[in-house]
Amino acid sequence: MTCLHLLLTLVFAVSLGTPVEIQRPRGVPLTKKPFYEENKPFTCLDGSRTIPFDRVNDDYCDCKDGSDEPGTAACPNGSFHCTNAGYRPMFIPSSRINDGICDCCDTTDEYNSGAKCENTCKELGLKERDVLQKMAEITKEGFLLKQQLIEEAKKGREEKQGKVTDMQENKKQLEEKVEALRTVKETAEQPEKEAKERHLKAWEEQKAAIRLEKDKAKMAEAFLELDDNADGFVSVSELQSHAELDPDADGTLTETEVQGLMGGAAQVDTSTFESVWTNIKDKYHSESQPEEPAPVETPPEEVKEPVVDNDSEPFPEDDISEEEDEDEDDEDDYHEDDDKVLPTVKTPEKSHEDGEAMLPYDPDTQTLIDAAQKARDDFEDSEKALREMDDQIRNIEKELSFDFGPDAEFTYLYSQCYELTTSEYIYRLCPFNRVSQKPKYGGSETNLGTWGSWSGPENNKYLVMKYEHGTGCWQGPNRSTTVKLTCGKETVVTSTSEPSRCEYLMEFTTPAVCQEPANMDLLPHGHEEL
Amino acid sequence: MAVISIERMGLLSVFCVCLFFSSAFAVDRGNFKTCDQSSFCKRQRALKPGQSPYRALLETLELSDSRLTLQLINDNNKVHLLLELYRLQGNMTRVKINELKPLKPRFEVPDVLIAEPPTEPLSVLSKDDNGIVLSLGAESQRLIVSARPFRLDIMEGPEVLLSLNSRGLLAFEHLHLRKDTQAQPDGAEVKESVDGDQQQDEVEKDEDGEGDKEQDGLWEETFKSHTDTKPNGPTSISLDFSLPGVEHVYGIPEHADDLKLKTTDGGDPYRLYNLDVFQYELYNPMALYGSIPVMLAHNTQRTMGIFWLNAAETWVDISSNTAGKTVFGKMLDFVQGSSEKPQTDIRWISESGIIDVFIMLGPKPSDVFSQYASLTGTQSFPPLASLGYHQCRWNYNDQEDVKSVDQGFDQHDIPYDFIWLDIEHADGKRYFTWDPHKFSQPKEMLQGLMDKRRKMVAIVDPHIKVDSGYKIHSEITSKDFYVKNKDGRNYEGWCWPGNSGYPDFTIPEMRAWWASMFAYDQYEGSMENLFTWNDMNEPSVFNGPEVTMHKDALHGKWEHREIHNIYGLYVQMATAEGQIQRSGGVERPFVLTRAFFAGSQRFGAVWTGDNAAEWGHLKISIPMCLSLGLVGVSFCGADIGGFFKNPSTELLVRWYQTGAYQPFFRAHAHLDTTRREPWLFGPENTALIREVIRQRYALLPYWYQLFFQAYRTGMPVMRPLWVDYPKDTVTFTIDDEFLIGSDLLVHPITEEGSRGVTAYLPGAGEVWYDVHTFQKHNGAQNLYIPVTLSSIPVFQRGGSIIPRKDRVRRSSACMENDPYTLYVALSPKKFARGKLYIDDGHSFNYDTKKEFIHRSLTFANNALTSSNLCPDCNFLTSSWIEKVLILGASKPSKVVLKMDGKETPVDFEFDSSMSVLTLRKPGMNAGDDWTLLLQ
Repeated sequence: MTCLHLLLTLVFAVSLGTPVEIQRPRGVPLTKKPFYEENKPFTCLDGSRTIPFDRVNDDYCDCKDGSDEPGTAACPNGSFHCTNAGYRPMFIPSSRINDGICDCCDTTDEYNSGAKCENTCKELGLKERDVLQKMAEITKEGFLLKQQLIEEAKKGREEKQGKVTDMQENKKQLEEKVEALRTVKETAEQPEKEAKERHLKAWEEQKAAIRLEKDKAKMAEAFLELDDNADGFVSVSELQSHAELDPDADGTLTETEVQGLMGGAAQVDTSTFESVWTNIKDKYHSESQPEEPAPVETPPEEVKEPVVDNDSEPFPEDDISEEEDEDEDDEDDYHEDDDKVLPTVKTPEKSHEDGEAMLPYDPDTQTLIDAAQKARDDFEDSEKALREMDDQIRNIEKELSFDFGPDAEFTYLYSQCYELTTSEYIYRLCPFNRVSQKPKYGGSETNLGTWGSWSGPENNKYLVMKYEHGTGCWQGPNRSTTVKLTCGKETVVTSTSEPSRCEYLMEFTTPAVCQEPANMDLLPHGHEEL
Repeated sequence: MAVISIERMGLLSVFCVCLFFSSAFAVDRGNFKTCDQSSFCKRQRALKPGQSPYRALLETLELSDSRLTLQLINDNNKVHLLLELYRLQGNMTRVKINELKPLKPRFEVPDVLIAEPPTEPLSVLSKDDNGIVLSLGAESQRLIVSARPFRLDIMEGPEVLLSLNSRGLLAFEHLHLRKDTQAQPDGAEVKESVDGDQQQDEVEKDEDGEGDKEQDGLWEETFKSHTDTKPNGPTSISLDFSLPGVEHVYGIPEHADDLKLKTTDGGDPYRLYNLDVFQYELYNPMALYGSIPVMLAHNTQRTMGIFWLNAAETWVDISSNTAGKTVFGKMLDFVQGSSEKPQTDIRWISESGIIDVFIMLGPKPSDVFSQYASLTGTQSFPPLASLGYHQCRWNYNDQEDVKSVDQGFDQHDIPYDFIWLDIEHADGKRYFTWDPHKFSQPKEMLQGLMDKRRKMVAIVDPHIKVDSGYKIHSEITSKDFYVKNKDGRNYEGWCWPGNSGYPDFTIPEMRAWWASMFAYDQYEGSMENLFTWNDMNEPSVFNGPEVTMHKDALHGKWEHREIHNIYGLYVQMATAEGQIQRSGGVERPFVLTRAFFAGSQRFGAVWTGDNAAEWGHLKISIPMCLSLGLVGVSFCGADIGGFFKNPSTELLVRWYQTGAYQPFFRAHAHLDTTRREPWLFGPENTALIREVIRQRYALLPYWYQLFFQAYRTGMPVMRPLWVDYPKDTVTFTIDDEFLIGSDLLVHPITEEGSRGVTAYLPGAGEVWYDVHTFQKHNGAQNLYIPVTLSSIPVFQRGGSIIPRKDRVRRSSACMENDPYTLYVALSPKKFARGKLYIDDGHSFNYDTKKEFIHRSLTFANNALTSSNLCPDCNFLTSSWIEKVLILGASKPSKVVLKMDGKETPVDFEFDSSMSVLTLRKPGMNAGDDWTLLLQ
């Protein structure tokens, strides 16, 4: 047998600075010492069996729970207690006893392995106390900051809620105002419309008269032109010289056709020419006027090309596009319709026929139009104000609806962004909004996820934020980011990494997660290894 | 990892379309040749069985003590071949056929045989005009050379064991000059010097006598966009083998296929051509990363092997006269006394080189293993730690990541020995370097692992970034060690680093230089706990034909065509040598390779390449490793979890449970997968994975001893059942369960949602013990086993003794001095036997200084005895025997330890429900002689 089996060991425990010698089997914590009474049969701590005391720590596993071998590696499920005087005591799995690796700072786990361990408990203790102290300070200050944040958030929330209430009230008033102005507008628009229609009608009549005059003049002119022999009659032969009048467009204007145009008469005088003029005026080309280029003469290629000049465009595209515009407008905008139907321009409408500008409105009509326009403007302004108010209310309500923590301590992060620059990238965390990454030296931004949810452990979900559905990865998932929050005085992104492809991990300190220090003077809230 | 980038980008649209039809990934078959697309395979396969044109010229026979030579003539073209026959020690015959006077030398594969195989005298028993009868020594074995047509038969008594050229498929495309004028436009080199007959029939087998002009692919061949210039023209060879009485053939890895090879009629032959296949498909004969041209034939009477020593592209056809028959049909034959004996016919086709075949005559499976081992060597004896668990991922991102994964294992109390770094660890994929940001302090990292008695593997691939500022590249360039293209300039191809050169590992000086790069002062940041992984050594060339090197690239005077399949072996050989040298020859190396060839077993471990997280891939890992084990490569494993894609938790757990009972135990994952360290799937699954890894560690003494045995004898570690039950025909097709050594039978669960499996327990009159419950089961039965997610059906053979170290610690090194528990599983005759092997676990001292303990453990006549198998060995261990469990025992009244002439009583307990006798703490040193008496 080559193994040393030290049954008992002397353990120095430091308690309040006074070393006390306590004898107990190796690896047993003080709290369990009463179960290991020397020279009395030992009962496994699970009660499964009782063995002679000399089988405790004899390097053979007798108890299923491993309790007979607290100081050896014999039991697969055992654990070893190191006192670690000067540092904190801990349990390690039995398998780490005498494995050649120093686990306990007091070196007690390596009593027979040849491993050269140094007692580092004192240093570790100092270091830990230092760290803990700093942590405690941070926690303390952080917690104070947190209180402020909570306070501010509370205030902010109240303010915002008050604001929303106020705004709701204002909104009601605004709505009423909008309705009132709508009535005013509609009232003003009725007489405007009537006056405009009157004006338009008058203008149309006037226009018709002018057109008639023009036509008559043209007819007279044509008669003179056609009457080649100036005998005061236009004859069949005289008319036949105008080949463009060919009704069947076969290229020849026959006598019969001309007779048809002339209503069977052989010749017409100025008075009877009127009926003939009606038949021919659309086709008639004055000999003195140059012919307008016909659209058909345009080379086909050009026709296919996008035509900028609408006047020469043979297809009525304007109409189509206008319809489309209106459809779109119907969908998204409720107020611009008015603009279109009732143009706000004060200039008179442009006539369809070139050079025939409508006459300016008479002063009475213009007064009515001006009044209606003002009513419209007032109405629109009020409606716009109402919309803005709505937006504001919605934004505040959205903000108020976020889960900013049990005490709203995370409120202050809202609409803020925090950056961390690494060797390659600039990472940007905008809490409750999104995480992104941008190459340091140019290149476009990549979305690493938008706000998803709190997803910390069950006991405190506010320790982890999850951002999801970022830019997709090739042959992989959409990017996502997990943000781990730790207590700190500052609000900073401290590190980022990509443990799996396109799954990012960000560490973020904030006072908002600082816990109330239970008792500043007491040591660990640090985790033990077991 | 496989080719992605370029190839993958190009295939993106194709994949997208495919995904509509199937969620499974699949290889793009179009990237790889079928036999029809490989001109020599097509030519050779067009030749059908019939009268061989070859005739043995008996008058040319020359017989020295151990070598017989004889000329063969092809009556169609009058080309003479030289046949050499050797009777080799250990019941083997070597048959070599080459051109008698080749235009220039044909390639013979070096560095595969460990030595020139020792011969034994051949004697002529009789000779007449029809042939010669030679004696193959004792056992009435004879070799008959028939003259017209040429044919060889190996007989034992009245039985024909094996015939060569019995179907007349011997075909030898002799070297000749190109006759048509297309090749050399200037006509300068078109000589008419060779005799006319020789040129008359370019392809001997093609009786129609089509010339070069008519036949495609003789002097040039194009596949996809790649043209293979063939300055030597057609050079292929082929030979057929008939195996009367054989219905089961195995081996010729690597293929993702069943253990028992299938007939290839109506499909493609099995292909041997080392290729980087992206997302390989299961159950087909396509080539994969490695090639071992060794086939085993087995029936209840005999096991034989055929080793076709050729490193060129090779295709293997298998046909069988019983393949199409149903069980009923076979029964009918039996009842009616049908004269037709089952027979399997094999045909090997290689693109170039010579015919060099070793026929291993067995007769037992273990004989074939030792015969093959005597030719190509045995499995290298790995460092003990490399039999532990390996944690790998593409990639562990930086030193911090490595540290946190390492800590994760301790936090979750899971043992592991190696953590691995893939290509991202290097600076711009310049191997032998470290990324200056992510791995700026490699020694610090390695020291951190060493403090935990753990190790690391970093990848070193054979493609070298073309970058004048990169030391490795500039040295290879200045030493002129790169492979050349056909024009004599350095061959360059596209791989991970971008444009890359490929060192010519066929040059011994190059390998020596490469090895020297692993010296601690050359490989900056390396330490003695850093080991190596050679990936992409097929070699993988992203923009090359079939994702590999152009066949007309040059290795000195030889074309890549000749050496292709051995390139990967050389890479691993040189790397392993480097690791040995850096320690002054003291420490054992550990090198993992993806590409391999016959003989690769001497240099380390292999894995089955880039598999996928699918149940089918888990299942196929068993036959794939079994096939490798049969042909020498015992140290085999598959990526646990599957390389591509994300495994379900159930699949991952099942894969750990399977992998823990396979020789090389490594988890690995693709860059695009989510993290899958063992503790990321909830406490229950962490516990399941922890449990099975612990089972592995407890069994390390058994694994280690089996590897020692494999190293000594060539016996595979992981083996098919038929190896140990050669007369039990039921076992011949089993490949969903396997044996580890002779004593553990494992039936992994490889089906999703499995509620139970049926395991076959072999051995009439034998018993098997469930290793978890000690429940005893009879052999020669199909046992239904209900399973849960925690079940891993494993049985210990009654009659065996397995030493375990049940104190599992965080790495194998930590367990070095721990005591053993002996698991003695009694046979129905209350007998058991086992072995125990102990050494330092990492050095060559076991070999150079005989520093090891090798003991025989025997239980007979109610006494368990440890006796020394190596009395002149010297090694001291502090390990002792803490416990002995005797399964199937009866309760003794007294147990006594006899040692050094003294007798001491030993405490014991007896569990009558399972008949388990536990001897408490007998306490003797594991290296001592002792006897435990049950009275």
